[in-house]
Amino acid sequence: MLFDSSSWIIAPIVLPLMAGLFCFLFTRGTFAISVVASIANLVTVVVLHRQLISFGPTRYVVGGWRVPLGITLRTDGPALLMLLMAAVTGVAITFYARGYFSFRIAEPKREGRHERQQRFFWPLWMMLLGSLNALFLSSDIFNLYVTLELVSVSAAALAALSGKPASQIAAFRYLLVSLLGSLSYLLGVVFIYKIHGVLDLDMLRMAASGGPALGAALALMTVGLLLKTALFPLHFWLPPAHANALAPVSAILSGLVVKGSFYLLFRLWFDVFPGVIATPALNLMGLLGAGAILWGSVQAIRQQRLKLLVAYSTVSQLGYLFVAFPLARLENGAGVWTAVTFMALAHACAKAAMFMAAGAIFLQVGHDRIRDLAGVRACLPVASLAYAVAGVNLMGLPPSGGFMAKWLLLTSSLASCRWWWGLVIMAGSLLAAIYVFRVVSRLFVIPAGEPLRACYPHSILLEWPALILALISLLLGFAAPYPLQLLDTAQSAMALFYGGLP
Amino acid sequence: MITNFLYSFCGLFVFFMGFFALIACSHPLRKILAVNVMSTGVFLILVAGAYRPASVGDIDPVPHAMVLTGIVVSVSVTALALILACRVQETSNLSLLRPKSINGREESED
Repeated sequence: MLFDSSSWIIAPIVLPLMAGLFCFLFTRGTFAISVVASIANLVTVVVLHRQLISFGPTRYVVGGWRVPLGITLRTDGPALLMLLMAAVTGVAITFYARGYFSFRIAEPKREGRHERQQRFFWPLWMMLLGSLNALFLSSDIFNLYVTLELVSVSAAALAALSGKPASQIAAFRYLLVSLLGSLSYLLGVVFIYKIHGVLDLDMLRMAASGGPALGAALALMTVGLLLKTALFPLHFWLPPAHANALAPVSAILSGLVVKGSFYLLFRLWFDVFPGVIATPALNLMGLLGAGAILWGSVQAIRQQRLKLLVAYSTVSQLGYLFVAFPLARLENGAGVWTAVTFMALAHACAKAAMFMAAGAIFLQVGHDRIRDLAGVRACLPVASLAYAVAGVNLMGLPPSGGFMAKWLLLTSSLASCRWWWGLVIMAGSLLAAIYVFRVVSRLFVIPAGEPLRACYPHSILLEWPALILALISLLLGFAAPYPLQLLDTAQSAMALFYGGLP
Repeated sequence: MITNFLYSFCGLFVFFMGFFALIACSHPLRKILAVNVMSTGVFLILVAGAYRPASVGDIDPVPHAMVLTGIVVSVSVTALALILACRVQETSNLSLLRPKSINGREESED
């Protein structure tokens, strides 16, 4: 059976990497190569989902070299949901980037510059997608370090693509910060190898025993990953890097790249070393997450520029992922797992859609000062709608994925009498409503007595991918049973193998 | 065993020396060098961990493979960081020479 072959698991890594190499080699047809690769990537992820549901989690030994010498890849519920997130968002970003670059090449500010940007965008984006997929599938802490570095190298190069001084300074800082994070993670890996002598996640799960050395290793890895995930107060590098990049790049960085290091952190804490983590550490994470929600929202409300507002809202939305940490340890922890994956999925779609809409507005209007954006819906109706729909998800109104996630977190916090986390979640939603409506009210109200805005012609690719992504994030609430089923399949199988639940 | 510990602590010391330089120095080139010093520290700890007394048997090959991979990663990352630093230098000089491009900076997304 073609669809049952275990070799499908390498396709999400190999396809985008090959596409990236081809995009470097050929000057023509790079868009076609990228579209084919990202759609093929989506198809393989769907096939992998079918395999997971029928066979349960699988492991694949690359090249036939067994552990501890070789590298293994594995599929399970969380990994596949993250793959799906990257694949769906990736297809939309690929189409949007086409519309974005063709608009800019049609209206050049400086001859030849946009062609050059487009030429380097495609290979870097495909490499980034491939390395993200590798990050989600790897099952070896050193291999995970290599994928982390691959992701940060391609992400920093993408962030510098726009070429203006502010973005290059931001990209340089971004690169240094992610290098610091990776090195801290690597030092933790070295410690763990010294203690246990293995690198494979499953072998580590069985070997893990407490002790100060393992604690130090986990602390180093956690701090490094938090730096890369931009959890408050380590978020300082994120807003300038995300807000000054080109719009498709901002969508990639804010929607997908920060999720990579978060996924790894979550994996380490709740899948590999659940017995080692002490409750105060979980509470500290929750506290930092609460700080991120409040501080990020307040900063977003204060911003004057649209892209900076969206970037600060990323800081605040990442906080929700960490508020789940102290709740995940309780009896109904499985619900919190689901909430976190839901939050990550919904946020990836919504935030990518928001940055795409913001980029379209920037191109049409020529600036992104919020106070001068009145009546933009006259020339960008679809993008304005996409922005508003994505905003609904950030506020957490039903039936969006954000609502599902917040609802699960809220019920779990009330059920365990930890109402203060619920309070923070609700305050965050209220603040999100303020910063969303601040922009949406401008976009949709055309001031009386003013002429309608002049409008440049643009392709439908500039607006529709954003709306489709925003609608996916809005309707994700209806798809709630599906991720639950996936996580259940994965967890029951894991329980059979290892006798413990993450 | 003493030698092993000595090298490991040296590695840790080098790592934190690099960390301090990364935080304290403002020049981009110094920062890049600091990151390199940090990774050298990590590699030193790894190689020290591969040591086995002669009576026990051969040295552990896995850390060596990891160090080799790490060196490849660190060389490519350093190259990217240097290019970025050069670009920052060039563009900021350019905008100093031509005030026009500073005025246009906030408005254009190029």
